[in-house]
Amino acid sequence: MDRDKAVEVKSVSKHFGTYQALKSVSFDIGENEFFTMLGPSGCGKTTLLRMLAGFESPDQGSILLHGREVTQIPPHKRRVNTVFQSYALFPHMTLEQNVAYGLENLGWERAKIRARTGEMLERVHMSAMATRKPGQLSGGQRQRVALARALAPEPEILLLDEPLSALDLKLRQAMRDELRNLQRDTGITFVFVTHDQEEALDMSDRIAVLGAGEVQQIGTPAQIYEEPVNRFVADFVGETNFLDVEVLDSREGQATIRTPLGTFGVPATGAAQKGRATLSIRPEKINLGDQAAGGITLAARVVNQNYMGGFTHYTLETGGVTLRASRRNASRQGDLVATGADVTIGFLPGSARVLAS
Amino acid sequence: MRRLANNLPFWGLLPAWALMGFALILPILIIAAVSVATRGSHGGFTWDFNPAGYAQILFNEGWSGELEFTPQYLIIIGRTFLLAGATTALCLIFALPVAWYISRQTPGMRAILVYLVTLPFWVSMILRVYAWMIILGKDGPLPRFLETFGLAPGTSFMFNDGATLVAMVYTCMPLMVLPIYASIEKLDLTLIEASHDLHGNRFTTFRRVILPLTAPGIVSGAILVFVPALGAVLEPVLMGGGKQMMMGSLIQLQFGGGRNWPFGAAIAMVLMGLVMLFLIVTALRAARRTAGMEARA
Repeated sequence: MDRDKAVEVKSVSKHFGTYQALKSVSFDIGENEFFTMLGPSGCGKTTLLRMLAGFESPDQGSILLHGREVTQIPPHKRRVNTVFQSYALFPHMTLEQNVAYGLENLGWERAKIRARTGEMLERVHMSAMATRKPGQLSGGQRQRVALARALAPEPEILLLDEPLSALDLKLRQAMRDELRNLQRDTGITFVFVTHDQEEALDMSDRIAVLGAGEVQQIGTPAQIYEEPVNRFVADFVGETNFLDVEVLDSREGQATIRTPLGTFGVPATGAAQKGRATLSIRPEKINLGDQAAGGITLAARVVNQNYMGGFTHYTLETGGVTLRASRRNASRQGDLVATGADVTIGFLPGSARVLAS
Repeated sequence: MRRLANNLPFWGLLPAWALMGFALILPILIIAAVSVATRGSHGGFTWDFNPAGYAQILFNEGWSGELEFTPQYLIIIGRTFLLAGATTALCLIFALPVAWYISRQTPGMRAILVYLVTLPFWVSMILRVYAWMIILGKDGPLPRFLETFGLAPGTSFMFNDGATLVAMVYTCMPLMVLPIYASIEKLDLTLIEASHDLHGNRFTTFRRVILPLTAPGIVSGAILVFVPALGAVLEPVLMGGGKQMMMGSLIQLQFGGGRNWPFGAAIAMVLMGLVMLFLIVTALRAARRTAGMEARA
C-alpha cells in the first residue's frame, strides 16, 4: 500500500451502449494534490469523476482510494464528497441543514455537528445567512455553500465538477484563488474537472489532459503548456501554430527539421523520429521587430492585427505560411507594427516543439 | 375595443362564473336550504324551518317524542372515513413505486405508461366494478386459481369490506399516480446523488430528500383520492353487497326509499363540511411548508 497515493485509477474502461467513454485509463493522484482533469466535452472526465464518487462503476479496471479498492463500494460509504456543477443544494433545507446533512448521516453528535456547521459556514463567509434557504441566494453564494457542505464531513478527497462554470467572469477569478487557498489550508486532495484550460493552468498542481476517452498527457501546468506530447494537447491547451515538417535527423537531443520556412535545428523530444512530424510554436514565443534578435529570424508581412488591450495579436505571412503571434503592449501605441508592413520575426529554437504527426 | 380589452378578465371569466354559480353554488344553497326544511309526508319537503335533519344524525326520536342519543349514523360516518383513509393509504403505497418507475423511463416510454395509467378512465366505472365482481366472485378466476393450489377452497371474496376496498383502490389509483408522477418528474436527480454523496443511504435519501420534495404531489394525490372516496356509492353497494352502509349510500337512500330529503341534505352538508375542513387544514400546512421554497431563483 502506497500512502502517498490518494487515488489510483487502474486500466479503467467504460462503455455507454456502443460508445466507449473511457479506454483503459490509468493514473495516480497524490496525497494533498490539486489534480485537474481537463478536456473537451465527451472526453470522459466527468465519467471518471463520477466513478471516484461512486455514481458509475467501470466495466473493467479498478479504482483505489488510499490503497483501498472501492470499485464496488456505494457513494454513501466513500469518504469522498462532491461539489456539483449545479451545486445541488437541497431546496427545502436551510443552509445550516444543508451543511449538517452529511454530518448527521455520519452519526456525529449534535453539539459537534452544530460547531462544525458554524465553522464551515464561517469559512465561506455565509454565517449571516445560515437560516436562509438556497432559493434566496445568488450563484456565487450557492457555490460557497456547496463547498462548505462538501467539506464539512472531512472528506479524504474532494471532487469538483466544473464548479465555476455557472459563475460570471469576475466571480470566477475570485473563486479560483479561494479554492486554491482552501485546498492549501485543508490539505485535502482536490480532484477538479473542467474544460477551461486557463482554470486548469491557474489552479492545478498537476493536470491530466483527457481526449477521446484516453489520458493524453499528465504533468504540471508548465509541462502541459510548454512540452505538450502530442498535437491534441498542444491544440487544446492554449493557442499555437502548427507547421508540417520533416525530421531529417534526430540524435543527442538535437533534431534537424525541414520546414516551409527553412531548415533548422531544434531540441528533440521522444516523439521526434525521422520522417513527417508537426512543429508547434506558441504565438507569444514569436517575437516581432527589434525584439526578434537571436535564434531563428525570418522576414514576414503583417496581414492582420487584433488589439486586445494588454496584448496585440498579429497574423503574419512568411514563405507561404500563416503564423499567429502575440505581443505584449509594453508601452503605448508607439511600438505597434502597422498592418501590411514588412517585419522581422524570430523565435528561439528551444521554444518550438516537434510533435509526432 | 379598448374597454373590452380592459374588461377582458371579467368577460373571459364570465362563462366559468356562470357555470360555477348554476352548477355548484346554487345547488349547494338549495341543499343547505332543504337540510333545514321540514320533511314532506310523501317525500319532498315543505318550506318550514326545522333543524330535525341535523338532530337525526345524533338523536333518535323516542315513542313520546323525546330525543335519545344514537350512534348509528356516527358509526356510518366513521366507517366511511376509515374506508376513504384506507383507500388513500393503499393507493399511496402502490402509486409511489409506479410513479417512480414511470419517471425513470425514456420520454417516449413515459408517455405510453402515463397513457396506460389513465386507460381505465376510458371504460365505464360500472363495467370496471363488475369486472372485479367477476374476478373475485364465486367461480371467478381468482378463487379458481387458488383452488388449483388447494388454497381456500370454496371461499367467496365478494360482499365484504375487503372487496369494497379492492375496488376503491383500483378505481382511485390513477388519481394518485398522476400527481405523484408529475412531482417526481420535476425532481432534480442530482439532489438524490448529492444525498448519497453526503453519506445518506437509500432510506435516508427517501425520507429526507425525495419525500419532502415530492410532498406537493403526494398531498394532491391524497386529496384527489380521499375526497371522492368519502362519497363512494358504487363500490360499497356492488362489491360490499350493501351490507355496510356508507355515507354515500345513506344520502342516496334518504332522497329515494327513505323519503327524508331534509335528513339526506343534512348528512350531505355535514359530509361537505368535513371535507372542507380537511382541505383547508391540508392547504394551510402545504402553504407553510412551501413558504421557504417559494423564492427559488
